[in-house]
Amino acid sequence: MRRTFLNIAGGGAFYSAVAAFVVLTAFPFYWMLITSLKSNPDLYNITNIPFWFNEAPTFEHFQYLFQQTQFARWLLNSLIIGLCVVAITLVCALPAGYSLARMAGRSGEALGIGIFLTYLVPPTLLFLPLSRIVASLGLQNSMWSLVLVYPTFTIPFCTWLLMGFFKAMPVEIEEAAIVDGCSLFGAFVRMVLPLSLPAILTAVIFTFTLTLQEFVYALTFISASAQKPVTLGVATDLVRGDIFFWGEIMAGALIASIPVAIAYNLFLDRFISGITGGAVK
Amino acid sequence: MVSIAEPIAKPASRYRFILDRRDVLGSIMVAPAILYVLLLVGLPFLLAVYYSVSAYTIYDPSWRFVGLSNFRQIVNNPVFQETLANTFLFTFGSQLLGLVLGKFGALLLMRPFPGRKIVRALIILPWAVPIALATVAWEWMFDSLYSVINWTLISLGIITRSEAPNWLGNPHLAMLCVIVVNAWRFFPFAVVIFLAGITSIPQDVIDAATVDGAGFWRRNYQIILPMIMPIVAVGLIFGIVFTFTDLSVVFLLTNGGPVGATSVLGFEGFQVGIVSGDVSHGAAISLFMLPVLFFVVIGMLRFIRRREI
Repeated sequence: MRRTFLNIAGGGAFYSAVAAFVVLTAFPFYWMLITSLKSNPDLYNITNIPFWFNEAPTFEHFQYLFQQTQFARWLLNSLIIGLCVVAITLVCALPAGYSLARMAGRSGEALGIGIFLTYLVPPTLLFLPLSRIVASLGLQNSMWSLVLVYPTFTIPFCTWLLMGFFKAMPVEIEEAAIVDGCSLFGAFVRMVLPLSLPAILTAVIFTFTLTLQEFVYALTFISASAQKPVTLGVATDLVRGDIFFWGEIMAGALIASIPVAIAYNLFLDRFISGITGGAVK
Repeated sequence: MVSIAEPIAKPASRYRFILDRRDVLGSIMVAPAILYVLLLVGLPFLLAVYYSVSAYTIYDPSWRFVGLSNFRQIVNNPVFQETLANTFLFTFGSQLLGLVLGKFGALLLMRPFPGRKIVRALIILPWAVPIALATVAWEWMFDSLYSVINWTLISLGIITRSEAPNWLGNPHLAMLCVIVVNAWRFFPFAVVIFLAGITSIPQDVIDAATVDGAGFWRRNYQIILPMIMPIVAVGLIFGIVFTFTDLSVVFLLTNGGPVGATSVLGFEGFQVGIVSGDVSHGAAISLFMLPVLFFVVIGMLRFIRRREI
């Protein structure tokens, strides 16, 4: 009797703790959702219950966002930036990761750690010289400056990620291909790359989400509205003087957050399988 | 799906010998990545060091060498001293809070229960979603007039409307807010790190300890925690480096205010170097991050290496 009571009490405490954690992490996103769907009179009345609709929900903030602001343009910019950075990153990180994984001895390992450590060099240390470099290349106020700069952190990370994957891959695969007449490079292109698709997909998702999350370089390099990526546009462009367009800001934040949240959750499992799941056991 | 490569019949090309030499091909394949990093991380880094000892502004881009005078001026500036103190408070406050929350979160997620996958996905959210967007949501929650936190406190009868705190307008509360938001952003990462560490411990080690009479706390703090220390150290490197150098939470939530109460190094470097155009002083301020980062990374790497041996 006493035992079951303790069990129930323990279970209750456990689920309350879980619920508290979920509220802590997810409430700001619920807050985005409910704010974006509320009409302005509902939003700006301090006697109204803030957690639920006191007046009929409305899509007017979403309409305003797409019709009266450059939100669609910002989404497109982020997409273009992300795709270009993914391409540059793959071209550099795939061969580099493979080379470092197969490089014998300490030089490969040291070079690998060296590349990875550059991932830890913060944007706030580099944005000043990079902004001068970007300006002298004539890229200031252009989203192409971000395409140029973002690979500085995506290449190190993906090289490291892919290096781990290639290390787990048995050398016999390439050796078999070489016996069959492939060159070493041919074995990499024809055998190793097709077997690495899960790892490549992980690298692509990771690179894309990293470019979406970056804020410091975008803030430093770009002030023209039409060139902003979506995070910068939503965070800085929907404020006129002292007036925050809260409904629009929350709607924009919500739309831009959802794909990243989904990709990241997919990526978590991919990340683990990309590292542990070799092609041939 | 993938078949064994067909024998290649065509004659070997002139360049074939390059593609067959493992060392040559290895260097060629790693070169693009190294070049990119050298040109856009190494070179700018050296430039930053040079800016900090020159008199470079966007109005007068001269390369005149001025020695350490920029650093002297900065160190003697009380505003900068406050910024430096803020940066440490901000970093270690949010890391400590994040670690505690992360440990508890991992403890909860270790136990299987219905809906754990969904709970995990929801707990990952703050780390996954772009921080700039999450921060504007927090800014709205801390709004001086329409704060949902204040509304809740008032309706629960804890405070009255006249004494409702102005979260981002009060220097101490504003610092608390940026710390909380930053801890909120990082603790899911700590959860994942703790979980990865704990699942890597063989179950029989824990079972053996239980048989030997180790209770819940003893198991947690004398067996599990020491065993996952290396992976926690890696997590801490990331947390400290990215928090110590970040400016996005401060920029969006408080813009360094009220009156500099939440200004941190990254933000101050941005204000001076970009907004005011005083590149040299901005670079000098940013470079103050370097020794701390250096010691954190070296210390942690040594710690990990020692644990592994």
